[in-house]
Amino acid sequence: MFEQEKWEIVWNHRQSFIDGTISTVIMALAGLAIALVLGIIFGLMSTSQSKPPRIISRIYVEFIQNTPLMLQALFLFYSVAFSGVKGFTALICGIVALGIYHGAYISEVVRAGITSVPKGQSEAAYSQGFSQIQTMFLIVLPQTIKVILPPMVNQVVNLIKNTSCMFLAGGAVDLISRTNAFAVGEGTASAAGQGYIIGGVIFFVICFPLSTLASRWENRLKNRDVSSNKKEGAK
Amino acid sequence: MIRLEDVHKSFGDLEVLKGVNLHVKEGEKVVIIGPSGSGKSTLIRCMNYLEEPTSGKVYIHNHLMSRSRRAFINKIHSSMVFQQFNLYPHMTVLDNLTLAPVKLKKIPRKEAEQTAMGYLKRVGLEEKAHVYPTTLSGGQQQRIAIARALTMQNRIIFFDEPTSALDPEMVQEVLDVMIELSHEKNFTMVVVTHEMGFAREVADRVVFVDGGNILEEGTPEHFFTNPQNERTKAFLSKIIR
Repeated sequence: MFEQEKWEIVWNHRQSFIDGTISTVIMALAGLAIALVLGIIFGLMSTSQSKPPRIISRIYVEFIQNTPLMLQALFLFYSVAFSGVKGFTALICGIVALGIYHGAYISEVVRAGITSVPKGQSEAAYSQGFSQIQTMFLIVLPQTIKVILPPMVNQVVNLIKNTSCMFLAGGAVDLISRTNAFAVGEGTASAAGQGYIIGGVIFFVICFPLSTLASRWENRLKNRDVSSNKKEGAK
Repeated sequence: MIRLEDVHKSFGDLEVLKGVNLHVKEGEKVVIIGPSGSGKSTLIRCMNYLEEPTSGKVYIHNHLMSRSRRAFINKIHSSMVFQQFNLYPHMTVLDNLTLAPVKLKKIPRKEAEQTAMGYLKRVGLEEKAHVYPTTLSGGQQQRIAIARALTMQNRIIFFDEPTSALDPEMVQEVLDVMIELSHEKNFTMVVVTHEMGFAREVADRVVFVDGGNILEEGTPEHFFTNPQNERTKAFLSKIIR
């Protein structure tokens, strides 16, 4: 494990790891953008007063949450990319798959945030003459942010780790694929262990600060709730 | 000003309002009383369509209320003060007061802030303009909610049990503000309350609701000294000691 020449092999192929990291980050960021848009749209639909949007949102969320991401990614890559859609590269396939998958989870986070705001808030807005859309964007959504942020950061961490599913769907570009290619490659396979360690360290360095931030945030909110409860109890 | 015609409201199998007719004239101060569960809160919430009647019609200033016209009609005609205050906790007191005038009535922010400060002064809380509502006592929050209702400068104000969630020592400060408002001839006030002293002092007309119907209405003198309906008498004997 500590042989210098094996680490040298990793060092000599550093560009491969750097490229992999870059495409994983690009995939994660673009996937997150899609997931946020889908999550907000379907989250709003799930709290709608009329039934059809609620049902559509439910179907989307249940279907995506109860099938494996890997299967969704494979389906996208081998059915869509192989059916001759131009420009649907492995990278784009990964972005779309991650966006749709995490959109379902973010939609649930958004829904939980919206239902955490007391009904009286929207009633006050309606009584002032705000429309439903104005009420949502001016009164309700701003109040959900503190509830939504911690689970949202966890979703981002999961999304980054889930780029690893793209190894089988297209592969070749993201960090996991690059790491694995290194580990089984001619001339580099002898340093397989070192390669995986480096891949893991890179994931850790990206994800750990995010999840630490999320749990700190959560604790701060919890402490604040406890102290405000105490105040009410004293009253 | 406000006209309800045969308003019914059901929640599932439960019929809460069973055909209410009521006409509130411009400038009139109407106090609605009744036991809990009588439908009085649902009745006032039908007036600004926070509850949509199952059947029947609601007119505000001869505009027929509907779900799609609710925002427009509430914007230009009425405001509401709630039992739970419902101030927006993510905004300062001043922003609570200026949000609707700026966003809905397109009043320049400077002007809206001046107006808001005027109303805060009127409820005795101008020094609280820049704090967040959750730092204030219930009585202060409710006075600010009243100021927020006033900043829209609408002629109708609905009060839905405005003192029921308050600690006893804070009830009077809110009632004082409401009594002061009632002296304005052109304000139409509809108040659901258990405060009989307030009803006696302020009401032009007291309306007694029970079981989803208006059972009796009249001037406070008639109402408190010579009620006709048996249920009214029973209710009053329980709450006035």
